[in-house]
Amino acid sequence: MIARAGRALILPASALVLALVVGAIFVIASSPLITGEVDWNLPLVAYLALVKGSLGSVSGWIETLVNATPLILAGLSVGLCFKAGLFNIGAQGQALVGALAAAAAGAAVAGSPPVVAIPIALAAGFLAGGLYGLIPGALKAFTGAHEVVVTIMLNYVAIQIIAWAITGPLQAPGASFARSPDVGSARLPTILATAGHELHAGVLLALVAVPIIYWILARSTVGFEIRTVGANPDAARYAGMRPRFLTMLTMSAGGVLAGLAGSAQILGVTGYMPAAYATNVGFDAITVALLGRAHPVGILFAALLLGGLRAGAPAMQIEAGIPVQMIDVLQAVMLFFLTADIIVRRIFRLRKVEGGVDELQTVSRTYGGQTTAP
Amino acid sequence: MPSGIARSVHCRREGLSLTDRRTTDSATPAAPVTEAVTIEADAHVDAPALEMRGITKRYPGVVANDRIDLEVRPGEIHALLGENGAGKSTLMNILYGLATPDEGQVLLDGREVRIKGPSDAIAQGISMVHQHFMLVPVLSVAENIMLGEELTSIPGFLDTKAASARIRDLSQRFGFDIDPEERVGRLSVGSQQRVEILKALYRDARILVLDEPTAVLTPQETTEIFGVLKRLAAEGHSIIFISHKLYEVLELADRITVIRRGKVVGSRTPAETNENELAELMVGRAVSLVVDRGESHPGDPMLSIDRLTVRNDRGRETVHELSLEVRAGEILGIAGVAGNGQDELVEAVVGLRKPTQGTIRLDGVDITAEGARSLHQLGVSYVPADRHRFGLVLSYPLTDNLVLTDYYGPPYARGFVRNERAIRAQAVEAIARFDVRTPSADVAAGTLSGGNQQKLVVAREFDRDLKLLVLDQPTRGLDVGSIEFIHRQAIQKRDAGTAILLVSAELDEVLELSDRVGVMYRGRLVEILDGRTADREHVGLLMATGGREKVSAES
Repeated sequence: MIARAGRALILPASALVLALVVGAIFVIASSPLITGEVDWNLPLVAYLALVKGSLGSVSGWIETLVNATPLILAGLSVGLCFKAGLFNIGAQGQALVGALAAAAAGAAVAGSPPVVAIPIALAAGFLAGGLYGLIPGALKAFTGAHEVVVTIMLNYVAIQIIAWAITGPLQAPGASFARSPDVGSARLPTILATAGHELHAGVLLALVAVPIIYWILARSTVGFEIRTVGANPDAARYAGMRPRFLTMLTMSAGGVLAGLAGSAQILGVTGYMPAAYATNVGFDAITVALLGRAHPVGILFAALLLGGLRAGAPAMQIEAGIPVQMIDVLQAVMLFFLTADIIVRRIFRLRKVEGGVDELQTVSRTYGGQTTAP
Repeated sequence: MPSGIARSVHCRREGLSLTDRRTTDSATPAAPVTEAVTIEADAHVDAPALEMRGITKRYPGVVANDRIDLEVRPGEIHALLGENGAGKSTLMNILYGLATPDEGQVLLDGREVRIKGPSDAIAQGISMVHQHFMLVPVLSVAENIMLGEELTSIPGFLDTKAASARIRDLSQRFGFDIDPEERVGRLSVGSQQRVEILKALYRDARILVLDEPTAVLTPQETTEIFGVLKRLAAEGHSIIFISHKLYEVLELADRITVIRRGKVVGSRTPAETNENELAELMVGRAVSLVVDRGESHPGDPMLSIDRLTVRNDRGRETVHELSLEVRAGEILGIAGVAGNGQDELVEAVVGLRKPTQGTIRLDGVDITAEGARSLHQLGVSYVPADRHRFGLVLSYPLTDNLVLTDYYGPPYARGFVRNERAIRAQAVEAIARFDVRTPSADVAAGTLSGGNQQKLVVAREFDRDLKLLVLDQPTRGLDVGSIEFIHRQAIQKRDAGTAILLVSAELDEVLELSDRVGVMYRGRLVEILDGRTADREHVGLLMATGGREKVSAES
């Protein structure tokens, strides 16, 4: 058990180390711009600041958890779909639609007591995300349309829907910029606060989702079906499972999780939905899912890692003068090494895992255009 | 006699220098080696074309090759016989540069060589024809053969014409009858195999390794390919022929080396041995090659198929108005060249494909519209031909694989909740009962040998109350011991009153097991014969031509 977990960790850990090395090169190369000369110690200073900023204080922890919350939920969305052999690039759109629904429902029940308002707003995000995930699921099941293509396009559709809704029917009257009305009592309660830093209850939602998804995948019959369809769709059909149904179910469940990620942001952080809601959570979720090897617990830690990087970035900027965009570089390089696992294996002389890494096979297979149409 | 030796050595030298010349000037076709007959006759006194000495290869936990000696003479057809996992593949991978031996030497024409990889092996004149062809279906024969060694006129531009000319030349010389311009995807399996052999010859292979070349061929195609191989040997090529079909080995080989558990356990010429001895050498104990099928006691019709028409994925009708009946307690075998509609027929029977017309009845009940799950519940089990694709999830542990078709209900699940304890208990029990060789029930199915993987499928599908058992090539790629085991289990099931529909491209398997034999040709059942009296040649002819009517209709 421990040995297996260790083997599963090698690839993500290697990718992280390599990303930090590449990041260090970037930092050293750009150090003349910051300090006026080549500073070999700057990477160390920057990385220490990063750790201190994210883990060095209660505020840092709060920021890390707040950042990690949507990443956990959306990461589970992408990871769950990986298990079924589906590449959900649409977590972004599903999160946006979920956020919009939560904002709309929240605003509608803003005056009711929180015990009523919060569940209603969350349910709206849950349903909207689920339905938005069902679209690519159903299209794939019944027409063979590729989920990668469909979800990418639906991401754009989501942006347009939000722009229309927030500048139209949902626009808050009297606001200085286009946004939805305040969600009022649907706002998630704060469970921990320091000066200027608040931890909302959405994190509990994310932390509960991890064992639930784990249990479904590992211990339930439907989870067994999802995994089987992902591992070998022909064997699933042979065993009398229903690949079409499972495709739709998994994509919807992925949509639900992503929708909740978006809802948690609106109800926990912003309190309203702006017309141009800047988020990248659905795309970061792909990195999270790959880094976590599509395993719920792995996803939890991967989300905490990325959340921590984001939380520590301001400290890094202040102490080392490295722009916060450095985190994007780290994340991109990590993703690069995760997907190009063959490079990592070459560098660290790792042996190929028997059968390969499933979620990576899903990524390459889905992009190769080879469908696993039922 | 001494002059004979001198001449043959001389010939061989000449043959060698010809090969060298061909390598340097590959566009010029070499003159045929006319003294070939002498070479064959004197093969025994020649230095070996290939010698592998004391080859040892260890993998963690196993010695795959333990001081193996192998000697192949010029113009010799050398059969390598052994069960799956005996170490044949490891030995050939070493020869082909895919693995490095821990100890031992490889000598070509008496010179020690170090083979660094497949391209190096090819450069040294060693070629391999794999069991699964390495061909690109959409490319032409010539393009496939050039692949990796493209001739160019101007750099960057393929010189297909020159390559085609050379291929046509080779093709004629060995009687291949292959058009270099034809797309590989349009060729029959037998012809595709010839393309693979042509590819080797095009690269001037002197040592040709064929990995179970007849597994996919009809008896007629097998005879033809044997003719080709004999001609190649007569021209001085050395051939290593890997097989586990004993009679083929006896028919074709000049010398047979048997490997068991990484060691050479015997080397024989066909004249001094027989099938039983070879099987015993291979398995390490006496095996009955033909399971005694005994008398069958057929009861009422269990499976009745009436005028069934089925389409394949591309919408082509591959089964035409086929009718058949399998009675309880009998085995109906369906022989036929792969691709004559057997796959679609089987899929329709087990509920994985909807027929377009006709009815299927199980024990009198119409099951035409039922899916795989409900048929399984009604007592239909199916052992698919491709256990990797259908029968197993290779990344799953044995436990999950053993409940793949009944994971959803008691005792393995209550509602949506899996009962891990029951799943595990059943796995441990099944592994013991069906003698699946595995370190534990938790290892991935993909780590087991082919025979043990098939035992898993058999354990899962046989071990319950059955009305109908559909076996699709149940022993494909298995060794003698596993075949014997699975055949015994099938006979037992038959004697317990199960109706068995056996589909196999292995004619021998059909003839050995079936009470009645049907031949499928182009979607139709052309004839049904008694399994005990059916003649091998006759059935082979039916498989290839569909019977006399067909032949006359076509000509």
